[in-house]
Amino acid sequence: MNTTHYPSAPTAQPIARHTLAVIVDNEPGVLARIAGLFSGRGYNIESLTVSETEHEKHLSRITVVTSGTANVIDQIKAHLDRLVPVHRVVDLTLQGEAVERELCLVKVVGKGDYRVEAMRLAASFGARTLDATLTSFVFELTGATEEIERFIKLMTVVGLTEVSRTGIAAMSRGAEAM
Amino acid sequence: MSEMMTGAEMVVRALQDQGVEHLFGYPGGAVLPIYDAIFQQDKVKHVLVRHEQGAVHAAEGYARSAPGKVGCVLVTSGPGATNAVTGLTDALLDSIPLVVITGQVPTHLIGSDAFQECDTVGITRSCTKHNYLVKSIADLPRVLHEAFYVAANGRPGPVVIDIPKDIQFATGAYSRPRDNQHKTYRPTVKGDLNKIKAAVELIAKAKKPIFYTGGGVINAGPHASALLRELARLTGYPVTSTLMGLGAFPAADKQWLGMLGMHGTYEANLAMHDCDVMINIGARFDDRITGRIDGFSPHSKKIHIDIDPSSINKTVKVDIGIVGDCAHVLEDMVRIWRETSPQIDKTALTAWWTQIDAWRARKSLSYKRSDTIIKPQYALERLYALTKDRDTYITTEVGQHQMWAAQYLHFQEPNRWMTSGGLGTMGYGLPAAVGVQMKHPKALVIDVAGEASILMNIQEMSTAVQYRLPVKIFILNNEYMGMVRQWQELLHGGRYSESYSASLPDFVKLAEAYGGHGIRCSDPADLDRAIMEMIETPGPVIFDCLVAKEENCFPMIPSGKAHNEMILPDFEGDTGEIIDAKGKQLV
Repeated sequence: MNTTHYPSAPTAQPIARHTLAVIVDNEPGVLARIAGLFSGRGYNIESLTVSETEHEKHLSRITVVTSGTANVIDQIKAHLDRLVPVHRVVDLTLQGEAVERELCLVKVVGKGDYRVEAMRLAASFGARTLDATLTSFVFELTGATEEIERFIKLMTVVGLTEVSRTGIAAMSRGAEAM
Repeated sequence: MSEMMTGAEMVVRALQDQGVEHLFGYPGGAVLPIYDAIFQQDKVKHVLVRHEQGAVHAAEGYARSAPGKVGCVLVTSGPGATNAVTGLTDALLDSIPLVVITGQVPTHLIGSDAFQECDTVGITRSCTKHNYLVKSIADLPRVLHEAFYVAANGRPGPVVIDIPKDIQFATGAYSRPRDNQHKTYRPTVKGDLNKIKAAVELIAKAKKPIFYTGGGVINAGPHASALLRELARLTGYPVTSTLMGLGAFPAADKQWLGMLGMHGTYEANLAMHDCDVMINIGARFDDRITGRIDGFSPHSKKIHIDIDPSSINKTVKVDIGIVGDCAHVLEDMVRIWRETSPQIDKTALTAWWTQIDAWRARKSLSYKRSDTIIKPQYALERLYALTKDRDTYITTEVGQHQMWAAQYLHFQEPNRWMTSGGLGTMGYGLPAAVGVQMKHPKALVIDVAGEASILMNIQEMSTAVQYRLPVKIFILNNEYMGMVRQWQELLHGGRYSESYSASLPDFVKLAEAYGGHGIRCSDPADLDRAIMEMIETPGPVIFDCLVAKEENCFPMIPSGKAHNEMILPDFEGDTGEIIDAKGKQLV
């Protein structure tokens, strides 16, 4: 039984993962405002990407992947939406299956069979080779998060030394724009 | 037509253009150019406080007593800004519109740990509604006006403008914008009409209804209070309110149940618990209101009107959530009610009122009287009786005296009651009273205080004396941080750890030292005379009212209990047994 004056912690409610697209004024501090909102109110950020999308209008698009109960997700959206520099918040997960992609760069170091195997695996995933030396490769792969993770896991076996990932960029399917 | 002027001049001109009459502040190195510009004009009157926290609370008191006004503050960089943080947080939690201008070190020194530098926008990001660091003179006029728009529109709140010193010296073009709107920020003020219609239907069908109103009604302006009264009259339903909403509905009205919540009346809390339709207008289901959430009004349908979408379904799930300004939504509700003139269940309503009257008969605000010592409740009853026919404004500090003031002083009009609700800031009342008195020089402004709280911002007595502000500080002196002591009695076996107010100053001499008048009273028979002396003294007064030392503030919903498990004043068991082990972990 809850014996507090405070609302009880959400128990046994399903946690869902949501991808939110947030259009904001590209002004100093806007990312800090959003990151501060998540940390200050105890919400999760699984992935966050941000970049200016419309230079003339000084607009940036932030894609944030978060998880929480339905109630928490609603709160996150309401809190994001009331920030002064936020124009729109769209829950891409609610709009049906959105297109979600991320890009990763991996550095693999090795010789002999490992090197050949790394090359083969990269080819089979459709990764591009951005840099090569006699002992190393840098591959680029774009894909869904699960695919990226599979690729990284395999590369670990053949000499992975470094990974850089962009986080998720996402967009709804179909003709409608946000 | 634009005019060329310095950044400092723009600040003062923008304040003038916004109709600002009073600016509360404290000078320092990083705002000297602005103070120079203030010196050379006389439209905006600067009020010199004695601590920056006091400046912000004074601006809050000013704004709360003057509907439609934004409170304005000017402080320097570094410590000036950090001292303002408590006030900013207070204003954020109680939704008070403020524009706070802070000085900053010159642009090229930002980030170098320069003298009196702090990351003001970083520090205040989470305790303001919005904030700005102005790095170009070209942005300054827009930002100055936009800040007023953001502070006052939507859910009101504090806005900080951080202006580096080189920007204050720089010259640029100033013109007053045609409108000072933000380019995209447009909060919803009109409620969804379909939801309002559904709400009216639900209200009409209620058998055991209650209006639960909050600070949102006060913030929506006097018009919202008038509409609330109209809707209450049309329906005949009972009304209760949060601490923040007192005055929106007249306490003298027979439909008024008193305040609800942790120290609310028995009838208000029981009616909340047993109701079948709850109409929340501009309140936010704060934890001081709901008590144990799984025991909160378990059988009711709930309607919630709030201008902030994030308030709806935050802690309590509601059946109809309407995002909008209380005045707009109430206007639609009253109109639809009149158009449809629904048939309400009169028999059920009569039965409901009979039940409420039975709860009322419990007299939850009664207390044991005394001929020898002044009971704090008695002191406030007499204060109310002797001030109710005057043009009175009340501010408070935080603690037992604040709750007693909410219980025993009765408010008939909005904007007469200024108290720190959300943040619970000790030291709020005196500077807030300074702000109120600045706006209403002829009114009777009383800060109901405790002897501990008042010492947190006692320095503002100097401000009151300097500006001849006749604020009355009415201290309920029980020589304890009373609310802390009460919780220690209830939760910690009466071990009064550090809650005794030792080495108190002689408040009468203290008043005199500041140039005010001091009164002390410890005899119930002499109380009326002493209160009249306070009221009739033309200048600032500190009234040291020596009251019963270990009086508890009842009724009370203890930690971990629901509305129907209140402790009443005639409780005669062991107060140490009321709260169980789990409840003791709470605040």
